[in-house]
Amino acid sequence: MAESRLADLDIEVGDIGTHNVIPLLHEIRHALAQLLEDGKETVIDLRSIPLAPGEEAAIEQALGEGEVQAVLSALGPSNFRETSYPGVWVVTHHNHDDKIVGKFVEVASIPALLRSQTEDMSAGLRRLEETLMEDGGSRGD
Amino acid sequence: MKNDQTLGEILRDQGISRRGFLKFCAATASLLALPPGSVTAIAAALESARRPSVIWLSFQECTGCTESLTRSDAASIEDLIFNTISLDYHHTLQAASGTGAEDARQSAMKENWGKYLLVVDGSIPTGNPGFSTIAGISNVDMLMEVAAGAAAIVAVGSCASFGGIPHASPNPTGAVSVADLISDKPVINVPGCPPIPVVIAGVLTQFLTFGIPELDELHRPMAFYGKSIHDRCYRRPFYDKGLFAETFDDEGARKGWCLYKLGCKGPTTYNACATTKWNEGTSFPIQSGHPCLGCSQPDFWDAGGFYQALSIPTGDISRAAVYGAGAGIAAGALMGALNRGRKSHAVRVHKKVTIDDLEKEHEK
Amino acid sequence: MTETEFLLWARGPAFQGATVIFVLGVTFRLLEILLLGRKPNLAEPRGSAMLGGLRTIVTRSFPDAGTHKRSAFTHYMGYIFHIGFFITLLLYAPHILVIEKAFGVSWPALPTTVVDATAVITMIALIAVLLHRLKDPVLRFLSNFQDYFAWFLTILPLLTGYIAFHRVGLPPPALIAIHILSVELLMVVFPFTKLMHAFTLFMARWYNGAIAGYKGVNS
Repeated sequence: MAESRLADLDIEVGDIGTHNVIPLLHEIRHALAQLLEDGKETVIDLRSIPLAPGEEAAIEQALGEGEVQAVLSALGPSNFRETSYPGVWVVTHHNHDDKIVGKFVEVASIPALLRSQTEDMSAGLRRLEETLMEDGGSRGD
Repeated sequence: MKNDQTLGEILRDQGISRRGFLKFCAATASLLALPPGSVTAIAAALESARRPSVIWLSFQECTGCTESLTRSDAASIEDLIFNTISLDYHHTLQAASGTGAEDARQSAMKENWGKYLLVVDGSIPTGNPGFSTIAGISNVDMLMEVAAGAAAIVAVGSCASFGGIPHASPNPTGAVSVADLISDKPVINVPGCPPIPVVIAGVLTQFLTFGIPELDELHRPMAFYGKSIHDRCYRRPFYDKGLFAETFDDEGARKGWCLYKLGCKGPTTYNACATTKWNEGTSFPIQSGHPCLGCSQPDFWDAGGFYQALSIPTGDISRAAVYGAGAGIAAGALMGALNRGRKSHAVRVHKKVTIDDLEKEHEK
Repeated sequence: MTETEFLLWARGPAFQGATVIFVLGVTFRLLEILLLGRKPNLAEPRGSAMLGGLRTIVTRSFPDAGTHKRSAFTHYMGYIFHIGFFITLLLYAPHILVIEKAFGVSWPALPTTVVDATAVITMIALIAVLLHRLKDPVLRFLSNFQDYFAWFLTILPLLTGYIAFHRVGLPPPALIAIHILSVELLMVVFPFTKLMHAFTLFMARWYNGAIAGYKGVNS
């Protein structure tokens, strides 16, 4: 099978990377400090930075895992994970094929997409009112 | 074709929540290499954009560009694009054929005259119009006819953008690019052989959101073609340190060193491969160990060989040197003979000065 | 003409043409000198002309005390320039690839950052000798157009190469094409300027050494 043949190959990941890992962690540090100071939220697009194979995993390992894990199901699953540093979230958007369409580090008390949106809440309220009208019309309310 | 609904209305009708829409905008911002802060602007623009009619014409092409774009078989960002445009004509993808299909094209053109988006893949042969025809109409004629009422033209793939492989020496069909034939409408080139699928989708999205994007001197959107592969390549530290792979399976290749010596055209190629990558960010040729072909540049087929490094001259240098030496020897021998002749002539006509000559001089 | 076509032309027919003219010119100039010949000397030498000649090729690299005292600046700057120039030309990986294509031989390269620094030092040395040439009254008096033109031909590839490496100003394909063109200009004009010293220095040193190595007639 292809897998075992690949494993036979003597491939090592080069020991010289892009050196973008530490600067990125510093950027997160700055953003977190700013969030605490004046409440400004920051979003960093992980796919806009050239990273060598293994460096993205190194960043995630450095950030660690925190208390919260949330899954959003809209146009495919999206994963929101608070890292071991509260306020620093790793957000991964997948499409229906489970392919990654976006990967961000969000520095905020809660990622923007986890909040319920006004339009959705309005539409939901209308639906709830309609449902109650159908059910509770006879009882009156 | 319901083209008067806004995109926002279409997505809501499809049951996509505001959250879903914002997720789509975030992914789009990432795709267009825009800062995450622009999600609000993208959301506002897409919310009120109208669903444009798109006519896709395929000329002298291998269909790789269409294949590249339609690879996903479930709802994805690319699919969403196709749901938000009205693809009124695509002779590979559509079910209809023959006069029925051509009639559909004509009515789409008439209904949306001046507003539809024309997408072209494949080069256009000008040597003999009969080299490539659709429903008996030559590519040249069809292009000119449809372009007349288009708002803008997107040339997808290196063939439509620059002539591609048909244009490679000796170009037997007289293949030309869209921009070679159209000068009175805005042409956006999306080159690549094929282009990255999300890039094709992203350019269409960008057009929907912001209109004609910022283009470089080869009419390519700066969002995707503004940086060279070399300037975004993760193997750049190896190039800077002078660590190169010499063959495809030596120690350097296994360690992932720079592929310059194996002919990588990264330094002179502009595309999004090094950051956006292929297959939803899985990898790209250099990461897989193969040098960049330069497929989003014009004439990349004739650029001196895929496996010849950029610094190497493409001509036959040894032969040139031999010719030069031959001519130099001939000229040198001739000059040498001339010089010797002049020297021996000077020796022959040399008159010895005698004491009488000197006395005669003195008397004067 | 697109950028790509420009670069392809510089790498292709232009380089071939420049090679023809360069080899033609050098061969022609060398033959011109050699075919003039020398007067045959039938006396038996006491020493060895050949050994004397070969020795002087090497020893002339180190000027005598008097010359050194008079032109220490030119001596040092000249060496810095020449050594730096050869390092930049011969120990930079992309250049070695060109040599491999032309002659079939190659050797290991230096890290590109080292070559980058060397190029800067070489250009500084070149500018220093130009300033010296302009300031010194005797040198200024003796200098003509050819001297300044040869200097210009030499610094141009270094400068355009440095700019192309750092990718500033124009798009990289154009920068690389301009660098290759500057090299082709140097190649084409080289045989007809004093830059021929690159080849003739061996003949000149040998000849002077041979006369001395002759050491008179063996009696």
